[in-house]
Amino acid sequence: MACNSATGCQSGCYKNEFEQDLKPATETISNSNEQNLCVKCKANEPTAGAGEDGKHCLDCFRSNLFGKFRLAVASNALITPADNVLVAFSGGPCSRVALQFVHELQQRAQKNFDASKDRSLPVFGVGVVFVDETAYYPVPSSEIDNAIQEIKLIVSNLSPPTKELHVIPIESIFCSNQCDRRERFKKLVDSVSDATGKEDLLLQLRMLSLQKFASENGFNRLLLGLCTSRIACHVITATVKGQGYSLPADIQYADARWEIPVVLPLRDCLAQELNMLCQLDCLKTVELLNQTHSGINGLVSSFVKILQEENPSRESTIMRTAGKLTPFHFNKIPELNDSSVPLASQRRQKRFNLKPNESISSESFCSLCYSPLNQSDLTSLSSHDNCKNSDIFVAACCSSCRFQIFPNDPSSMEKFYSLLPEPLVARAKHVRNGDSSLLREQIQDFLLSDSEDDA
Amino acid sequence: MEVAESKSKKAGGRLCSTCNQRKAALKRPKTLEQICRECFYEVFEEEIHQVIVGNQLFKAGERIAIGASGGKDSTVLAFVLSELNRRHNYGLDLFLLSIDEGISGYRDDSLQTVKRNEIQYGLPLKIVSYKDLYGWTMDEIVKVIGLKNNCTFCGVFRRQALDRGASLLKVDKIATGHNADDIAETVLLNILRGDIARLSRCTLITTGEDGPIPRCKPFKYTYEKEIMFTYAYFKRLDYFSTECIYSPNAYRGFAREFIKDLERLRPRAILDIIKSGENFRISTSTKMPEQGTCERCGYISSQKWCKACVLLEGLNRGLPKMGIVRSRGQNNERTKDMKQNKGTKNIESKQCGTLDF
Repeated sequence: MACNSATGCQSGCYKNEFEQDLKPATETISNSNEQNLCVKCKANEPTAGAGEDGKHCLDCFRSNLFGKFRLAVASNALITPADNVLVAFSGGPCSRVALQFVHELQQRAQKNFDASKDRSLPVFGVGVVFVDETAYYPVPSSEIDNAIQEIKLIVSNLSPPTKELHVIPIESIFCSNQCDRRERFKKLVDSVSDATGKEDLLLQLRMLSLQKFASENGFNRLLLGLCTSRIACHVITATVKGQGYSLPADIQYADARWEIPVVLPLRDCLAQELNMLCQLDCLKTVELLNQTHSGINGLVSSFVKILQEENPSRESTIMRTAGKLTPFHFNKIPELNDSSVPLASQRRQKRFNLKPNESISSESFCSLCYSPLNQSDLTSLSSHDNCKNSDIFVAACCSSCRFQIFPNDPSSMEKFYSLLPEPLVARAKHVRNGDSSLLREQIQDFLLSDSEDDA
Repeated sequence: MEVAESKSKKAGGRLCSTCNQRKAALKRPKTLEQICRECFYEVFEEEIHQVIVGNQLFKAGERIAIGASGGKDSTVLAFVLSELNRRHNYGLDLFLLSIDEGISGYRDDSLQTVKRNEIQYGLPLKIVSYKDLYGWTMDEIVKVIGLKNNCTFCGVFRRQALDRGASLLKVDKIATGHNADDIAETVLLNILRGDIARLSRCTLITTGEDGPIPRCKPFKYTYEKEIMFTYAYFKRLDYFSTECIYSPNAYRGFAREFIKDLERLRPRAILDIIKSGENFRISTSTKMPEQGTCERCGYISSQKWCKACVLLEGLNRGLPKMGIVRSRGQNNERTKDMKQNKGTKNIESKQCGTLDF
């Protein structure tokens, strides 16, 4: 088993273990015929479990996965030389591979930088963030400390170039002091009665805290390890929740509706492949919180899992079907035309796959989940007795949030609104001011009082 | 005993949430409201009326064929449509249109039900048979091709037979009994198999408006449970409830089970799926199959020959695999390919909307 690629060796450990594992299998294979070679390089023996039907050798499997990642990054300008990328690392296999691949990309960039004469292309920066969700999932403090130690070790092993690890608690989204905000976070999450709604709110809060951290610490990209399998599940859950209109916004390579654009370079990789790579390459993962989904999300993920077991291309099919829906105008990284950015970096921003004329230009967003709103969502507003801030907030939400997250009776709605994190409320207000005239026009018939601040 | 008594007392004491006068008799599957029988029928029929009016499904003076299988959906549809036609003066001429696939022990029995409905509702009935149209009954087809892919033949033939029957009746439209569960299931199946063209049109309430005879689904937003457990049960409508003998598991498909699970968890999920389906934005550059006409029979077709003609040709020439398997020449490599594709083939071949593994 000759190691063909330089990258394959760098983790150093897989070869020995993997050769031992494979020996019996290899012998039986070589007995049969020459046909049992990797279908791609036709030189090495295929590795059990690697690639589709185990017909690839480890090197080809690996380079195929990395190739998908790099193609996604390059053709959508997800990462460019001037960028400062924040990788959201949960400890699980998908974000572990994302971290690994970003590291390799950065290493290559560094190599090119060191070798080039004019050094016109800087090397992009990488930071790693871990969101501590112990406020929601109770974990003994010793366990979380151990996990963070392990994560620190993983990140420190990925240098040079050095990457800093940041651990942020999910409740950091609230502006109040440390003690209060944990309580407030708990109260907020507990006030949602629907299990699915609770999970979805948590997802929103996680995204908000990541955005807040990235924005405050000078990052301009937030990289998530979302893979095909997770996206396939999202396609089905969004459909089931009636979010067919906003669905295409969430499943593209880039999502720049957020202040810090979110990028998904592992969009074309299956969870199964990423798990396998972690095993074969001995990429250490930290399974801290065994987050099993409940409610609708849980039902959908078990449904998709069974479908995938029956047909290994099902998840890709689901994602590609939804991929044919028209994306939104913010589903691409904004063009660099800032003169402060070096020309060389600007030129680096090439894109192949964009169809600019086809995207929908979106008008308004849900105040809570920030998904683009459909016309029918806006006009289906119920009437309000008087125009409180909380009412306006709810009025500008998608029907899914209204149903599964907000409390039903108006009195607890006031309380719920007061618990919401400040950045969320501020964003909603900002959005409202931005196109308040449009929104007002839409909801005019339902508003009885004309002033916005009489709450 | 005591517990049971107090329970029944409690339930007995609960009033209908709509009229607040009568005792609540059921929990409405769509909304989980406690409601009395009278209010349920009223709201059930009123909702369908609103769908018909809101979507302008029918125009006064039109001749409408109700696709009647004798099953619960079409029986309730025939009842509700004739009821609403009278009550709201739609001014429609209603007909029952049945297809006799020639399945002994199944269709002959269900056709008896339709014939009773003909008398009960006073609607003229037309029966079109596969035997007359194609020269084959399903029993004969199954004898030749076996129990695999038989639903492909039946589905393709039925679609065309409905249109032929409708043109014999000289109707302007066909109304079918597809309910909300069926449509939600179709949306999901089209996502699962990547059929973007069908995904874009499967939630339309009226289809084929460019063709000779459009079809509409007045039950698009009506829950199967409301049709089945409550309506047909309480009103004791005469309907036939045996599954097709050649596809006994047609309603136990995997996607179907999933929809039922979802409904248990969140009743509005069915409506939400339909809403998603309606709101999907399909990009204009997505290739849509071009519609033409069959060179042999003149029926709408995206290919040179329509699917029914291809299948029929295969049957008549003794090559029943024609039109089902993509390639006719099967060398060894091809067979290998096909084995890998078997999963998808299975799904495509099932017309009954099952995802059967």
